[in-house]
Amino acid sequence: MDDVVLEVRDLSTHFFTTEGVVRAVDGFSAQLHRRETLAIVGESGCGKTVTAYSILKLVPDPPGKIIGGRVLLEGKDLVKLGPEEICDVRGKDIAMIFQEPMTSLNPVFTVGYQVAEAILRHERMSGKEAWIRAIELFRLVGIPAPEKRVREYPHQLSGGMRQRVMIAVALACRPKVLIADEPTTALDVTIQAQVLDLIVRLKEEFGMGMILITHDLGVVAETAQQVIVMYAGKKIEEASVFQLFDEPLHPYTQSLLECVPRIDSFDSERPRHLRAIEGVVPSAADLPNGCAFAPRCRKAVDLCRKEGPELREVRPGHWVSCFVAQSNGGHE
Amino acid sequence: MTDVLLKVEGLVKHFRVRGGVVHAVDGVSFSLSPGETLGLVGESGCGKSTLGRLITRLQAPDRGRIELDGLDITLLSRRALRPVRSHIQMIFQDPFASLNPRSTIGRSLSEPFIVHRMGTTAERRRRVEELLDRVGLQGEHATRFPHEFSGGQRQRIAIARALALNPKLIICDEPVSSLDVSIQAQILNLLQRLKDEFHLSYVFITHDLAVLGHIADRIAVMYLGEFVELADRATLRQRPLHPYTSALFDAVPSPEPRAARSRKRALPTGDPPSPVNPPAGCRFHTRCRFAEDVCAREAPPLRKVESTHWVACHLVTADPAQRPRGPVQMARAGETSAPSRGPS
Repeated sequence: MDDVVLEVRDLSTHFFTTEGVVRAVDGFSAQLHRRETLAIVGESGCGKTVTAYSILKLVPDPPGKIIGGRVLLEGKDLVKLGPEEICDVRGKDIAMIFQEPMTSLNPVFTVGYQVAEAILRHERMSGKEAWIRAIELFRLVGIPAPEKRVREYPHQLSGGMRQRVMIAVALACRPKVLIADEPTTALDVTIQAQVLDLIVRLKEEFGMGMILITHDLGVVAETAQQVIVMYAGKKIEEASVFQLFDEPLHPYTQSLLECVPRIDSFDSERPRHLRAIEGVVPSAADLPNGCAFAPRCRKAVDLCRKEGPELREVRPGHWVSCFVAQSNGGHE
Repeated sequence: MTDVLLKVEGLVKHFRVRGGVVHAVDGVSFSLSPGETLGLVGESGCGKSTLGRLITRLQAPDRGRIELDGLDITLLSRRALRPVRSHIQMIFQDPFASLNPRSTIGRSLSEPFIVHRMGTTAERRRRVEELLDRVGLQGEHATRFPHEFSGGQRQRIAIARALALNPKLIICDEPVSSLDVSIQAQILNLLQRLKDEFHLSYVFITHDLAVLGHIADRIAVMYLGEFVELADRATLRQRPLHPYTSALFDAVPSPEPRAARSRKRALPTGDPPSPVNPPAGCRFHTRCRFAEDVCAREAPPLRKVESTHWVACHLVTADPAQRPRGPVQMARAGETSAPSRGPS
């Protein structure tokens, strides 16, 4: 598979806190192909963001520590890189977009300066050339009047425009991999749709692989090709987007899809009841024995509370870690 | 007047800021029946939260009239408002910010009874336990502090507090927006159950149109301080008339990959204009695909196109036969109501 651009193997990131060891990411593996969008989806605290941070070694140490695993960018193991070396990877080979564009932009510099700075960090060119490139990038991400906008400060831009600036910063050095951590969560819904369309289009144009971290299954359905569902630090299901939405196998994935408010509910006579998942997401510092989802699972059997299930390929390309899904032969 | 619980007429609230005036709420009228849920949807800065705060009289309107159960509460003093406040309660987005971190849950929940001088200490304690039970928590939770609870549990506590005085109306301002999707479903179901048990009415404020399918009877779409469309839930979905309403439906990501990839979306271009000095004419015209000259000149009034369907758009025809999705033809005929009269 020569078009694999990034591979994560058995990655574990733990946080060593006064209240005990938090296994934020526990034995996570994934492959990202060129031009592919891999979505990592899950609720707060499932470890999806820590996974993304671990790939770029952005986890604050202490208390966090990558205790095992490898992150291979075209064969090079990023986990082994020193602080200087990883800085050469960040922004150049792998770029990241964060949820809150206001906190990721420096308020005292113009947005154009911040894009040019990203270019100059990795490429040999004059300040003037970088500035021209910044204007081109602004045009590329759909910022109107880019010559004027580059001279403005973050507070002068709307949330959607700031996120476009962040995308311009991320694309400044034509990275091979783009990691987008909840890129549209802070945006209004009409702006979210615009920005998602933009990210998908640019991913195609640049031939990047994209890891999209999100809690929103609608966003996943609209943009991803491959989907990983995480729960309590572990990958519990992986499949192509069509397989996953057509036939989710893990009871958690099934329940999660049932919880999503849907537009077709507008047609029902009375406001439609949602099928909720009872209970709360367990704290990663205090996980139950066996399968972490068992206490909330409506299909759990005794075995689920004793042993943790391994990931298994139940159908070609469809992986799930669940005893019950397995015993049903992958069908309900 | 028994079939109207809340009546709002021509409500206006402007805020003076440097560089202009924020038209937060600009001439909003509607009424709400007992047991009804009105969904209020719009993007940031459209004035939906300000409208909620005006109804609860947390802020005083500049103009207009608010009637609760036939009583005009627009200009009531703080003291005169006190008995009214037991009938209108509010739930906020961030349940952590709305609970005192240094008070136990029991103390926070008995505060409404203390303020309104109700019951003895023992009675209050009993009532608090009952409230916790009604929202799916346990009586023993009364001795704990807010930080010991998850976001979903804190929202349950905020709901219990809102229920304490047996209100008729609860204004829910983005109550599920900061919750995970599995918890969001729990809270939506809880609100729906409590509505039936306590015979409540809700004004449910949200930026997430999809949520309203699971809670709202009628829906008002707000844009820059104004209602642009008001209809019952099914009508709004099946025959959205205002281009902005259609755009909102189109923008909601669909959790069905095949449908999501094949559908054509009609998204509004650009950013919403600032509510400081909003555009003249129809406020949506700067982003509207259908806008014509008249839209930039004249503000369209909110007018009735069907018995329960109101829209503010110059381009919507009155004839339902000529009305597929979105506006198609220019027509000014039809039942145009005076702009000052609100929908009933």
